[in-house]
Amino acid sequence: MRALLVLIGLAVALGGCDREERKLAKLPSAAPSPATGERRGDLQPGQKGSGLEQTTSSRSFDGKNAFELAQGKRLFRWYNCSGCHSMGGGGMGPALMDNRWIYGHEPDDIYRTIMEGRPNGMPSFRGRIPDAQVWQIVGYIRSISGLAPKAAAPGRNDGLAVTRPENERERATPRNAPGSG
Amino acid sequence: MQGLHDVLQPAGPAAAHIATLWWLTLAICAAVFIAILVAFLIALVRAPRADAATPPDLAPLGSAEPRTRLVVSIAVACSIVGLLLLLAGSIAADRALARMPEDDALHIQVTGHQWWWDVIYDDPQPSRRFQTANEIHIPVGRPVLLSLQSGDVIHSFWVPNLAGKKDLIPGHILTLRLQADKAGTYRGQCAEFCGLQHAFMGFEVIAESPQAFAAWSDAQREPAHAPSDPGTTRGHDLFLTGTCMMCHAIAGTPAGARAGPDLTHVASRKWLAAGAVPNDPEHLAAWIRDPGQFKPGAQMPPHAVPKDELDALVAYLETLR
Repeated sequence: MRALLVLIGLAVALGGCDREERKLAKLPSAAPSPATGERRGDLQPGQKGSGLEQTTSSRSFDGKNAFELAQGKRLFRWYNCSGCHSMGGGGMGPALMDNRWIYGHEPDDIYRTIMEGRPNGMPSFRGRIPDAQVWQIVGYIRSISGLAPKAAAPGRNDGLAVTRPENERERATPRNAPGSG
Repeated sequence: MQGLHDVLQPAGPAAAHIATLWWLTLAICAAVFIAILVAFLIALVRAPRADAATPPDLAPLGSAEPRTRLVVSIAVACSIVGLLLLLAGSIAADRALARMPEDDALHIQVTGHQWWWDVIYDDPQPSRRFQTANEIHIPVGRPVLLSLQSGDVIHSFWVPNLAGKKDLIPGHILTLRLQADKAGTYRGQCAEFCGLQHAFMGFEVIAESPQAFAAWSDAQREPAHAPSDPGTTRGHDLFLTGTCMMCHAIAGTPAGARAGPDLTHVASRKWLAAGAVPNDPEHLAAWIRDPGQFKPGAQMPPHAVPKDELDALVAYLETLR
């Protein structure tokens, strides 16, 4: 009788489990809407130009999806974010693993920083990186300082590990610089 | 992807050693199988006939089975001989594979990615190195030394007609020796599950005469030439000002990213997307627009580009021969 009760309890508990959805990249169905926000920096990687793809303002941020965060981590390396920000510790660019955010820690702030660029060196990646991928990178950047759920943050590196994995980081209480957005 | 894909038709010494071992194993296993079937038939013939009315035979055994010791000894001896033969065959094949000649070997670095193959032809003279993807040309009759690496997860390099499998382990460099003795196109395949598109992670090994190989490799070393007419110039500019150059490289242009396959001579290749899509202008345009329709989950993002821009881009990529 007790075994039966345990079994029923287990079945009820397992019924609450949910398999994470892996959103595969899809062709945007709607025509690209005009880009929002103004470009802050003049820098752009490579030659300047309009780019192949207009920025759509579809906000597809999902900071709880482990697949999205892992893709963001892969793209962080592919698009050479690590060239300036290192693996989060900073170098030529500011560190991303501390609690200090010059231009804000909210997903929309980070999105604008990537898309429009920021003064003193951050290039604008508008027209360089597809919108959905930028949101994946935004999710990963938040996980670097522990702002993503531990269950979703990446736990391994494809290359040599130089820091503790993102899912072991302590949450750093974000502190925005005064007067920034 | 068509092409020969057969372990039992070896086209080189490495695959031949493995095929010999396979035939030896098949012969011994067949002999054992036949022996067991024969013993089973003898038992059937010797057994008394019975029908539904026959009472079950529950009596204790009257007399011991004759010649038990002899029969068991013969069976044990046969098993030992069979297993020893297999062991000897395995050791002989391994030794032969380990002693493949390396003199004057062609050095190729192969890196597995989700879900394509990056191929670098090494040369002692750095200016003669070149990079391509998903298509490996080798000269007939010359040993080839492959250095296998992985860019992300474990993959496995397998060209059944030329050699056995070898896993690509992240953080390790493993070597595989092979040689083609017959010219031809041999299909290869990732043989270790590596994610959504593992099944579409193929490649082709094209074994050709040393002269044809030299001509091909000289053509591959050439950087891309600047486009001359307005249509392809527009495609060239779109490539360099858009998302393409964030991941792909074209020698001779500022595009030098290594996240996706090298496109310096993309139009000379037979297949797109690691053997998943035939390489012609229509498929190339469809692939750029939405790679997910051919390979759901492919790392290349879809691009909602206007028709005229897509045509210009494809026209430019088709000049990269």
